[in-house]
Amino acid sequence: MSNAVIDSQVSSGQPDAEAEATPVAKPAEDKPRRIHALRLSDVFQIVGAVVAALSLTGVIYAFMAPVGGVVGFFATFYILFLGFYAVLVSLDESLPMVRDRIVMVAVHSLAATVFVTLVFVVLFAVIRGADALPHLNFFTEDMSLAGPLDPLSKGGIIHAIVGTLIQISIALAITIPLGLTTAVFLNEIPGKFTRFVRTIVEAMTALPSIVAGLFIYATFILIFGLNKSGLAASLAISVMMLPIMIRAADVVLRLVPLTLKEASLGLGANNWHTMWHVTLPTARSGLVTAIILATARGIGETSPVLLTSGFTASLNANPLSSPMVSLPLAIFQFVKSPEPTMIARGFGTAAVLMALVVILFLIARYIGGRTVAKKERARVLRERRWNALRSFVLSIPSLAMRFGRWVTALVTRQPRTSKGQAK
Amino acid sequence: MSDGVYSTRRSFEVCVTISDQPHVPAGVVDATDRVYRGVIRAGGVIVLVIMAAIGIFLFIRAFEAISKSGFAFFINQKWEPDAGNFGIAAVLVGTIIIALVAICFALPLSLGTALYISEYAPRRIKQGLISLVDLMAAIPSVVYGLWGFFSLQAAIVPIARWLSQTFGWIPFLQVDGYDAKDPLSSTTVFTASSFIAGIVVALMVTPIMTSIMREVFSQAPVGEREGSLGLGATKWGMIRSVVLPYGVGGIIGGTMLGLGRALGETIAVYMIISPIFVIQPHILQSGASSISSLIALKYGEATPMGMSALMAAGLTLFFVTLIVNFGASAIVARSRSGASS
Repeated sequence: MSNAVIDSQVSSGQPDAEAEATPVAKPAEDKPRRIHALRLSDVFQIVGAVVAALSLTGVIYAFMAPVGGVVGFFATFYILFLGFYAVLVSLDESLPMVRDRIVMVAVHSLAATVFVTLVFVVLFAVIRGADALPHLNFFTEDMSLAGPLDPLSKGGIIHAIVGTLIQISIALAITIPLGLTTAVFLNEIPGKFTRFVRTIVEAMTALPSIVAGLFIYATFILIFGLNKSGLAASLAISVMMLPIMIRAADVVLRLVPLTLKEASLGLGANNWHTMWHVTLPTARSGLVTAIILATARGIGETSPVLLTSGFTASLNANPLSSPMVSLPLAIFQFVKSPEPTMIARGFGTAAVLMALVVILFLIARYIGGRTVAKKERARVLRERRWNALRSFVLSIPSLAMRFGRWVTALVTRQPRTSKGQAK
Repeated sequence: MSDGVYSTRRSFEVCVTISDQPHVPAGVVDATDRVYRGVIRAGGVIVLVIMAAIGIFLFIRAFEAISKSGFAFFINQKWEPDAGNFGIAAVLVGTIIIALVAICFALPLSLGTALYISEYAPRRIKQGLISLVDLMAAIPSVVYGLWGFFSLQAAIVPIARWLSQTFGWIPFLQVDGYDAKDPLSSTTVFTASSFIAGIVVALMVTPIMTSIMREVFSQAPVGEREGSLGLGATKWGMIRSVVLPYGVGGIIGGTMLGLGRALGETIAVYMIISPIFVIQPHILQSGASSISSLIALKYGEATPMGMSALMAAGLTLFFVTLIVNFGASAIVARSRSGASS
């Protein structure tokens, strides 16, 4: 907060002309004092508390050992550290300052815990999956011919990859039209009914995924009498993805400036043309982000798929009949087995799934982060590069000619000089 | 307004429905627009129908089991649907216990993370951290389950043992069947417990809670913040007197949304707990239960009656999460900031 204030003062506070006109007001005086400067004693307090806590924790662990394990060590260390730090700060500072420092340390460490754990969860899957990933057959074969005791050089997860891609495609084919239409509805037609729909959508975002699976099981399989299949799984995933997409798209559409719509309507366009030619193109990058985020969520759903898709070890590209497995379901089945190779395959599959989710997420962030100004800058940059490339390409003939002239000159000159030397 | 094409009543209706819209004279609503409005309205109706269908079909399927079991469905702990002896008392209590453990861990974690992102983080990395929290929400449940089962469990068992030995006199931390003086006694009584499942679920609900709290905190009025700092408050003083009171609706609402998610978590819980069908109030002891993992466990071998009983359990879960979520969104919406989230 204070940062923003400081920045605005720095940027707007001192027009150059004024500073030059009145030499008394030096620019330095206009700068606000930095209030969060780190003092040497602050560093000493933290370092001292860490050292003291580490030593005492070491003593406790060596002689008393109430808790075992790494987590216990860190917990003990952390509690002792807070205590020591409070004591050290209270030597110099007043009570409110001590409280401020303790909270600061606590907030930082809580945030660090969350982020470190996140990175660890992701890395854990990748590291444990490293045994399976280098085998090329892991990506090209299915598990129909590989038993649980077979080594990692046999069998793979192509069936799960294909299954995931097919299921998510069908789900997207259902949710993109329906989700975006509903989001447009929420924005275009205000009223009581719209508010009601919005409340229902919000409630649906937290629908337990297993209930979505049960719903499809109750309708698709029990009432219509169809078998478990990829289509059923896609429908279950769609039920999960729909509210996520609607909410994200709703927020994006709400951000489209009203003046644009009014300008379009003022020029005589009807509502449909305004939506299709003005609102949707303006919100395009945000809508793409909404779709990709929903895809990332849908791709990782296990429990709805568990109830509706059935399980198979072989490749099945037909979503209408016979079971079809997806990546999360494959992980789930792999790690149920006690065999180390199967568990390694499960972790390898998890690494593939994580990679897929992270890639989708990065694409979403890239597209969503592109504002009009950034796009324009990128376009200018591209044009400049293209011009440079074109002028380079165009200059190739003349360069070649010059080079050719230089070579011929060299070649024709050489015998003469050598002759000259020989003479 | 009316250009003569529409009757008076028709134009009045049009005026009413679009009164909040930017300058649309009634005569402009032409045929294309009527189709367009009909289509998008249909989109909204379809979403409503899907949501209603979930409840209705689950109820139809569950009716057989509920009518057979009657009120005992809510107080019976056993799960033997084919013998007619079943109820959700154990699994419902188990679900709530796991969710509460999760919230106990997730609340401080998400509060700290939200405060860090909105108040302490340098501006350079702020946007990156927000994206990281969003990414964390997109990590599949099964990956958290893998981590919980293969990595966290071993690390937590010593803590659980220490907790039960030191605080065993508190009823819910008590563990039977472990004697610290007997070197041969196994620590497996501490695995697969509600405690461990709760910690994993806590990590899964932390992102959603964090993002809601951060959103609310970042909207705390600048003037009040600066006023507080200008009067000489420390940063924590400012947070306590301005940011937290402003964001209290967001904290409560976000926590309830997290609770709703925690109640419905399936795969990660299923991978960690070893299911039992008695009410198990000892959170550190091996053996736990939840509705969603019950469904995942039993759907495979279920007879029609068993399936109906599972549908009844799913219906209960559906209603519980629905109530929690409606409560949450009402609280978030009523807090000063919810309108724009």
